[in-house]
Amino acid sequence: MDHVIYADNAATTKVSERVLNAMMPYFTEQYGNASSWFYKLGQTAAAGLEKAREQTAKAINAEPREIYFTSCGSESDNWALRGTAEKLLPKGKKHIVTSVFEHHAILHTCKYLEKHGFEVTYVPCGKDGIVNADDIKKAIRPDTALVSIMYANNEIGTIQPITEIAAVCHEAGVLFHTDAVQAVGHIHIDVKAQGIDMLSISGHKIHAQKGVGVLYIRKGIYLDNFIFGGAQEHDKRGGTENIPAIVGLGEAMTAAYENLDEKNEKITKMRNRLIDGVLKLPHTRLNGDRDKRLAGNANISIEGVEGEALLLMLSMKGIYVSSGSACASKSLEPSHVILALGVPHEVAHCSLRFSIDEETTDDDIDYILNELPPIVERLRAMSPLWEKIEKQDK
Amino acid sequence: MVYSEKVMDHFTNPRNVGEIPDADGVGEVGNAKCGDIMKMYLKIDNDVITDVKFKTFGCGAAVATSSIATEMIKGKPVEEALKLTNKAVVEALDGLPAVKLHCSVLAEQAIKSALSDYYKKNGIDPIPLVGEVGDCEACHHDL
Repeated sequence: MDHVIYADNAATTKVSERVLNAMMPYFTEQYGNASSWFYKLGQTAAAGLEKAREQTAKAINAEPREIYFTSCGSESDNWALRGTAEKLLPKGKKHIVTSVFEHHAILHTCKYLEKHGFEVTYVPCGKDGIVNADDIKKAIRPDTALVSIMYANNEIGTIQPITEIAAVCHEAGVLFHTDAVQAVGHIHIDVKAQGIDMLSISGHKIHAQKGVGVLYIRKGIYLDNFIFGGAQEHDKRGGTENIPAIVGLGEAMTAAYENLDEKNEKITKMRNRLIDGVLKLPHTRLNGDRDKRLAGNANISIEGVEGEALLLMLSMKGIYVSSGSACASKSLEPSHVILALGVPHEVAHCSLRFSIDEETTDDDIDYILNELPPIVERLRAMSPLWEKIEKQDK
Repeated sequence: MVYSEKVMDHFTNPRNVGEIPDADGVGEVGNAKCGDIMKMYLKIDNDVITDVKFKTFGCGAAVATSSIATEMIKGKPVEEALKLTNKAVVEALDGLPAVKLHCSVLAEQAIKSALSDYYKKNGIDPIPLVGEVGDCEACHHDL
């Protein structure tokens, strides 16, 4: 295929040239173990590790000491939740507050904790895909150990009022964690000013490689280890550090925040053109608030056609996107995120997620807007559901 | 999860798509909530299926199973069409991913549903011949 438009950056991103170049020396030249401080090879590896820690800390206004490298965003989420839960259970704190449309790394950890003596309140989001800080306030109880609300939703890209939610938590003396996997690198984050206690990051969403993540833990918070082993990561996360991956993540953090506003302005313009173009088709709807969303995210339901069928047709035209359709996943339920917006199941089956980035061009948007309508028309023509929708219109 | 070439062929070039306005039997199975609806139209002459058309709302596998199922029963006696199993549909497609097997069940049931309609129109009780045509198991989840 000669023409490929990758519009699935919320799934994963390409490792950038800059990141790859930063990583390369650490494979065959500076391959030492960062714990081997007594010779140069180990010292260089340790220096690479600490530079990445500083880069990561600087990007979110944390202290390097507060950055813990992990294997992925899911590990970070698991550690934050289970670590806090286990720590606070003996103090009688057995309640957790989260939202209905979190990533499964949070939801499934909560399900696990529910089996181990915890109660979890799943706060709903509004029809706009935004969680209300007041609802969090109402959900907090005297025995609440932790509130965990995602920074930006992975499917619909809606940005949550994190500063307000953190304030509500602190007022009640409750710790606040945010899964910021989709937000980091796309939004300015200041953990100090915003009062964030813990924050999860994933490398592969910001042009670093897969298999590396971060948990920021504010100093003064002591979690037990999630992985026991050596003295790596301030004695808090055992396992020899994946130096090339971590070096890449550090570089990706720096790169992401260079000219961020400029990049976001350009991406938002293209994204809005994409949304407006697709919404010209009848019986389509944008999922999630139009403005309070990540610059690159457009999530649209196209009624009468099933999401996976659309994905396959689009992929044959070289357009790579994803869907909240049940059939596109391995379960039979449509996306819990789209359902959380209060839309019917049949509309949730029809959602398409475009996640563009700074490499997307205006020509790409034109191409998508040219190719999509005939595909929709073709699938609708053979859809008994569309037949019903058309009848209802008349 | 990858589809076979046969599935992709039937998905991209589905056979027998459309409606038959004066059909002798029409059947619809599945529902929008589950993300699959199949509608099957049959033209039957002297107990032989002379024409068949379908419309499907669903994933790649749902379209492909309906398409190949129409091919498998076109020109065949009704009796033979009644014997079409979802397993035969899967085999004809060179296999389906495990999570998509329910689509083949839906295709089998769409045909049975259309045949039931045909029998009813001719004053014959379809239950002894076709059996109960329900939704597929996969659809029985809590909503």
